[in-house]
Amino acid sequence: MLELIFFNVTNGLIIGAFYALMAIGLSLILNLSGVINFAHGGFLVIGGYLAYVLTPYLGFWGALLVAPFLTALIGFAVERLLIRRIYGRDPLYGLLLTFGLAFIIEDGTRQIWGANGLPVSVPPALMSALSSEFFFITGYRMFMVATVAVVVALLFVLLRYTRFGVRIRAGTLDLETVAALGVNVRALRSLNFAVGIFLAGLAGVLAGGQLGLEPTMGDGLLMPSFIAIIVGGVGSLTGTLIGGLLIGVASGLTAVVFPSASEAVIYIMMALVLLLRPRGLLGEEGMLT
Amino acid sequence: MSKDLLGRPVPRRTVLKAGLAIGAVQVASPFVLQARGEEPIKIGFDDPLTGTYAAPGKNEQIGCELAVDQINAKNGILGRKIELLSEDSTSGDAGTAVQKARKLIERDNVSFLIGNVNSALSQAMAQVSNEKGVLHIVPGGHTDPITGVDCKWNVFRVCNTTRMEANAVCSLLFKTYGKKWHFITPDYAFGHTLFQGCEADLKKLGGTVTGNELTPLGTTDFSAYLIKARAANPDVLLVLVQGNDMVNCLKQISQFGIEKQIHVAGTQQELESVEAMPPEARVGVWMFEWYWKQAAGTPSLDRFIADIRKRTGGKVPTARNWFGYVTIHAYALACEKAKSIEAKAVAKALADMELPPEIKLQPNKVYFRGGDHQLMLSAFVGELLHQGDGDPENLFKVNSIVAGDAIAPSVAETGCKMQMPA
Amino acid sequence: MTAERQKHLAVLVAIWGALVFAPYWMPLFGGYTALGSRVLVLGLGAMAVNFLLGFTGVLSFGHAAWFGLGAYACGLTLKFVASSTPLGLVAGTLVGGVAGGLLGALLVRRRGIYFAMVTIAFGQVFYYIAFQWLSVTGGDDGLRGFARQPLDFKLFRIDLLHNDVYFYYFVLVCFALAVGIMAFILRSPFGRTMIAIRENERRARFLGIQIELHIWIAFTLSCFFMAFAGALYALVNNFADPRMLHYSLSGDFIIMAVMGGMRTFWGPLLGAIVFVVLQDYLSSVTVNWMSFIGILIVLIVLFFPRGVLGLLRQRRTA
Repeated sequence: MLELIFFNVTNGLIIGAFYALMAIGLSLILNLSGVINFAHGGFLVIGGYLAYVLTPYLGFWGALLVAPFLTALIGFAVERLLIRRIYGRDPLYGLLLTFGLAFIIEDGTRQIWGANGLPVSVPPALMSALSSEFFFITGYRMFMVATVAVVVALLFVLLRYTRFGVRIRAGTLDLETVAALGVNVRALRSLNFAVGIFLAGLAGVLAGGQLGLEPTMGDGLLMPSFIAIIVGGVGSLTGTLIGGLLIGVASGLTAVVFPSASEAVIYIMMALVLLLRPRGLLGEEGMLT
Repeated sequence: MSKDLLGRPVPRRTVLKAGLAIGAVQVASPFVLQARGEEPIKIGFDDPLTGTYAAPGKNEQIGCELAVDQINAKNGILGRKIELLSEDSTSGDAGTAVQKARKLIERDNVSFLIGNVNSALSQAMAQVSNEKGVLHIVPGGHTDPITGVDCKWNVFRVCNTTRMEANAVCSLLFKTYGKKWHFITPDYAFGHTLFQGCEADLKKLGGTVTGNELTPLGTTDFSAYLIKARAANPDVLLVLVQGNDMVNCLKQISQFGIEKQIHVAGTQQELESVEAMPPEARVGVWMFEWYWKQAAGTPSLDRFIADIRKRTGGKVPTARNWFGYVTIHAYALACEKAKSIEAKAVAKALADMELPPEIKLQPNKVYFRGGDHQLMLSAFVGELLHQGDGDPENLFKVNSIVAGDAIAPSVAETGCKMQMPA
Repeated sequence: MTAERQKHLAVLVAIWGALVFAPYWMPLFGGYTALGSRVLVLGLGAMAVNFLLGFTGVLSFGHAAWFGLGAYACGLTLKFVASSTPLGLVAGTLVGGVAGGLLGALLVRRRGIYFAMVTIAFGQVFYYIAFQWLSVTGGDDGLRGFARQPLDFKLFRIDLLHNDVYFYYFVLVCFALAVGIMAFILRSPFGRTMIAIRENERRARFLGIQIELHIWIAFTLSCFFMAFAGALYALVNNFADPRMLHYSLSGDFIIMAVMGGMRTFWGPLLGAIVFVVLQDYLSSVTVNWMSFIGILIVLIVLFFPRGVLGLLRQRRTA
């Protein structure tokens, strides 16, 4: 039993890392633009399909590098055309707009690539497991975790040490002042949105290796990511990262002890956090109320 | 619904056309009356075209459309053309599926209703069709009660029951792979009845269940369950989940290398799922409800394959295509036999009707059992192939084709008490 | 003032006239009676969501939970307790409303997306309970085996099951009752207070209004309306399933409310008509109906944020 719990904690951390990748993208957009992006799962699917299309030409590694950039480009265009028009309005409108976008993306991907799932292989080099005992720690999953770690580290460096990053962080806290200081807030938000969508695209490419690639692939991944944000605390990217890992471990452990609740448990976690400590683990008091 | 002068309902399109051509109608009314006599027989198709089950739903639609075109090319049913009206039931919203069934019956006056891929939606639709007295064939919803405890005089089913699926593979698995079994079961009615069937068969054979992992519908990550399953050290790991869940589960099984330590198998497998898997994930012993590559090919089978290819951009037919094809043809045959399209007469004709070779497209006898309205279709038992065996499209090696009545429980065991209305 | 009154009266007559005669004019436009019943019920749901969203300014993204609870309670009552349609409706309304009221007490201090997320959390927990508790709810297969019962007035019976037109009028009467109560509340001093909270919560607080209490009462009332709509929905389908509790249905209700105009009383009904009828029509014509609905939502958000009715009203005052 102890071994089983240890296994599941490790396993939960792996899954949690994936949630965190999605959640950080969502969180970036929420923090600076105040948009609850319901289309994030849709962008994830786009990333997965783009990688599928690119793989024959660029191979797995090439697709992994290029597909997220293309997804980000689409995200950038969507922000320019649609999302920016609703800044400053009630968050309800951002939520509905992206709700509509998610419909369009699901239908569009089905129209282009068909309703049936498409086969995605991972490179043979990543197929083998760590050891026969730790069979669930495969090369591919270690690679996923490493990618998430690298990307998150890069993102933190970007936010802390570049002018762009400092502006994003400042904008999260007080956008008006940042604008008053002469920063081009419109461009800042567009770029920030694109970075968020880049992370969704990357998550999509990675997910394609583990899950069946089909138009509804992102559906089940969106809510856990929101929950990661809330549990970790709105406004804090570190909190989001921890939130993602936490819900991964929680649902993994519940699957061992009480499988019927393995899905409900993360919602219960969110409800408890919101009722007892609404700012989450590391969030700022009063963000986005 | 508007009524015409004789009190017969007029479909909306006719009303609109009539409205547009109101002058012409007055001048040439005898012509219009004659045209109405040749009005096509309408068939309502209420199946998922969006969401998780969009792929199987779409394939059933393609099978239906093929059959409709074939029948219309041969002068239709009882000399009348047939028309297929398709509605998207969505993949999981029973409210929409029920609404669409009412729409087809109430507004479009269909004589026959088809649906659904989803068991829950099939049962919800069956309530409506029964209430309205419309003949209804369930092409691909597997849960037992549809032709078991909840059987209805107007409802027939083409695909297997879960019990038939269990019976088709269990003794073979037991003989070849061993007696300690572990299950990964989808946590809803279909999965529960399928598991119960397998468990009963296994106990009868003298084996043991080392555990049953109930996984929620839409599970993306199976690692937690696979860790538990491997820790139990069974001889066979039975994967009972379906659709996208099946793809996810088998992909993860092959990445973890579990199939190298434990025999992986399952009951129902579908070409839609297999096509979505990378080669290394195609492992294990399974049953298909119909498979296109048969040892004893026939000209009609070849023609069916060629016809479906034309409609799917060159893809081979799946069991879902065949379900749709059989559904329409069975209805047409029953109407011709009854010389009527009246629901009760057609239901009587369908009961115990045997399908001719050009429809059943397989060696064994295939017929609707009168006692529970379940089609006795064969199970194609065999193994998945990593790579097509000399043929890249052939992803499954059929070891045996087991006749439906050899694996179906008796009518008494199903719990069905069929009552025809007076 | 009197001209305004007359106009108001004319609009009301037009709305109720259209609803009363719906079974007769709908077929001319490709409609059917069962669609009318569905639109009324979902419209009532959207109005109940809007009671909170449009008039108190609080966004609940988990209202489908109370809708679904109402549906299950109504179905279970008809199946196991007594075969009486009114009793099923009462039971559904009470169970959903009381559950909403009890949980609502926990969350009145939350605002904005925190309120939305905590309502999603509660709603999803109910969804998973309905999904997992097979012996009671039937799980994913849904709750079946009940049907709306005839109304027995001793002298005569009204068959609601087989006659769609009778059932439509039954739904219409229920709808009128609920909408009447809703309008009465909104006109009362309490309703005015709700709007004051929506417009400026801080000022309302300075005026000595107990904000939390008022929001709780508004939330609870909204839950009762929602549960009533849910119980009716169970009768429309003779069926209840877990999806009726899912947050995506809550999202649909919010879309209906915004589409029609969330600051107006009748807007959500109009939104429901547009949303449900369009979806019903488009999905028969094209497999790509989701794209059309999605584009419509995007257009409404970008260009008509006050919804169809809000736009009409703006034109008039302009």
